[in-house]
Amino acid sequence: MRLLGLGIFALVIAILPILFPENYYITVVGVTMFFHAILAVGLNLFMGYAGQISLGHAAFFGMGAYSSAILTTKFGWNPWLAMGAGALLVWCISYLVARPILRLKGHYLAMATLGFGIIIHIFLVQYDTLTGGPDGLSSIPELTILGWPINTDLRWYYFAAIVMLLSILFSLNLVASRHGRALQAVHGSEVAAQMMGIDTSKVKVHIFVISAVMAAITGSLFAHEQAFISPDSCSFFFSIELVTMVVLGGMASTFGAVFGAAILTYLPEFLVVFQDFKVLIFGGILMFIMIFLPEGLFVGLRKIVSYLRQGRKECLSS
Amino acid sequence: MRMYEQLLQYLITGITVGSAYALVGLGFAIIYNASDVVNFAQGEFVMIGAMSAIFLHAAGVPYVVALALAVLITVAVGMALEKFAIEPARNASVVSTIIITIGASILLRGAALLIWGKDIYGLKPFTGEQTIHLGPATLLPQNLWVMGGTAISVLLVKYFFDHTRTGKAILACSYNKKAAYLVGINVKKMLLISYGLSACLGAIAGILIAPITFFTYNAGVMLGLKGFSAAILGGMGNPMGAVAGGLMLGLLESIGAGLISSGYKDAIAFIIILLVLFFKPSGLFGKSAGERV
Repeated sequence: MRLLGLGIFALVIAILPILFPENYYITVVGVTMFFHAILAVGLNLFMGYAGQISLGHAAFFGMGAYSSAILTTKFGWNPWLAMGAGALLVWCISYLVARPILRLKGHYLAMATLGFGIIIHIFLVQYDTLTGGPDGLSSIPELTILGWPINTDLRWYYFAAIVMLLSILFSLNLVASRHGRALQAVHGSEVAAQMMGIDTSKVKVHIFVISAVMAAITGSLFAHEQAFISPDSCSFFFSIELVTMVVLGGMASTFGAVFGAAILTYLPEFLVVFQDFKVLIFGGILMFIMIFLPEGLFVGLRKIVSYLRQGRKECLSS
Repeated sequence: MRMYEQLLQYLITGITVGSAYALVGLGFAIIYNASDVVNFAQGEFVMIGAMSAIFLHAAGVPYVVALALAVLITVAVGMALEKFAIEPARNASVVSTIIITIGASILLRGAALLIWGKDIYGLKPFTGEQTIHLGPATLLPQNLWVMGGTAISVLLVKYFFDHTRTGKAILACSYNKKAAYLVGINVKKMLLISYGLSACLGAIAGILIAPITFFTYNAGVMLGLKGFSAAILGGMGNPMGAVAGGLMLGLLESIGAGLISSGYKDAIAFIIILLVLFFKPSGLFGKSAGERV
């Protein structure tokens, strides 16, 4: 029953390219949306469920993407091996920074994660012998699964969709587990959670590392899909975009994060005509949602629906 | 000898840049004290101040009038931010207010992009461009304006909080809003004044450094983050600490850029901040406080 929503979602995704073959908005933008969704689902675990904030998540995405790009183009590694190495690197780095960073709360946590993201970004721009500097790296090889190359839009579409559905499944299961309940206890009150015998700092470190590694793997996939990576893809603004996706959909809701990712991927596509307004609209949405619908669009809409239903029931019973 | 010459030059650059960070950091501290909000849109005040001054002057408004109007415009933006974004969300969580002010900063940047475009602009210096020789180092008259202007602004702010009724009322709000309200202080008005004052400091910083560095619609991002760093370095909520933090950050940055690499200049500032946050999160001059449950 819990997975009914996921099943319907998977079905819709599977059918869409058959209904609209060769459609740019489905097979091309769709892949980007799936990547954004994985990132948002991962970040939501950390922000929505554990109640923390990260303004530097693009850095983990970038580290994954650059690991793949550098190891495959400069050292001729197998793409899957490079992806694994990138994930391992991010696992180590996020684990190392997690303890000191996650001791901080609120504004300090925001500043520390933001600073971390900017340091990584500057490093990617400046260390050009390895990273290609502001121009980035190109001609990253394609991925192959058992000798079957992922080299068309449609193949990428289904491959990215499967990865995204797996990450949603992972997130749903994690939240419903003992670990997930511990997370929500940390969100409610860290002190109370400690009193209940939860090792709060361990719980926070775990979830931070999980969401960082998810971002790194997405980064690797992105690098292979685009065959190109530059520091622009992992800037401070991208971190903010990811936070916006989580907030827009509604914190502490896995499907909310997917919903937020979908809106923020498609909105700029349709706003292309208003290129210069993009930034303005972005900021406006962020403020508006946070002030008037602090629980996000997805959760807000669901509440309105259930409120209307309840209202009707009360009418009938009286 | 060469080392000493360079060090003097770094010192001058560092104090000049640090002065701007100090003013932005002071603005952060004032808003943080008054409303427990870290205003991520602080850097946009600097940008709006500088860009308004540049464009008003280019449109033919006399220099001094253009500067004054630019400050007024920025103050109006700061007060509008409080009125329309912070006040409606006064019960929001810390994470929410962070996202709201980030949203505000993106919105203001987007508006600036629409109004002023993506080009790079500069402002005419206050007085002349004749370089002054100070021993082996050189500086521009504008460097002196930046240092002097910052010193005067900081002293005025200090006087305002120590010796005026309004300043003391704002301090009372920052200690305890409910108690301040009970003794008859108009808390809402004090919040509005705090945001106005903070925006005013940002605009002054922008106008002072506009003739030295160039400005674009997104120049506020880094300045804002550096100002926030200054405020943390000095201990959040400690106005004079933020000023000291700003000067220190400017100095470390310019010396680091000179000795290591100018490309890594911004990274140096953020590494310092991370170290401070890891080892002494209460800042260099702040008192460490226990958490109240």
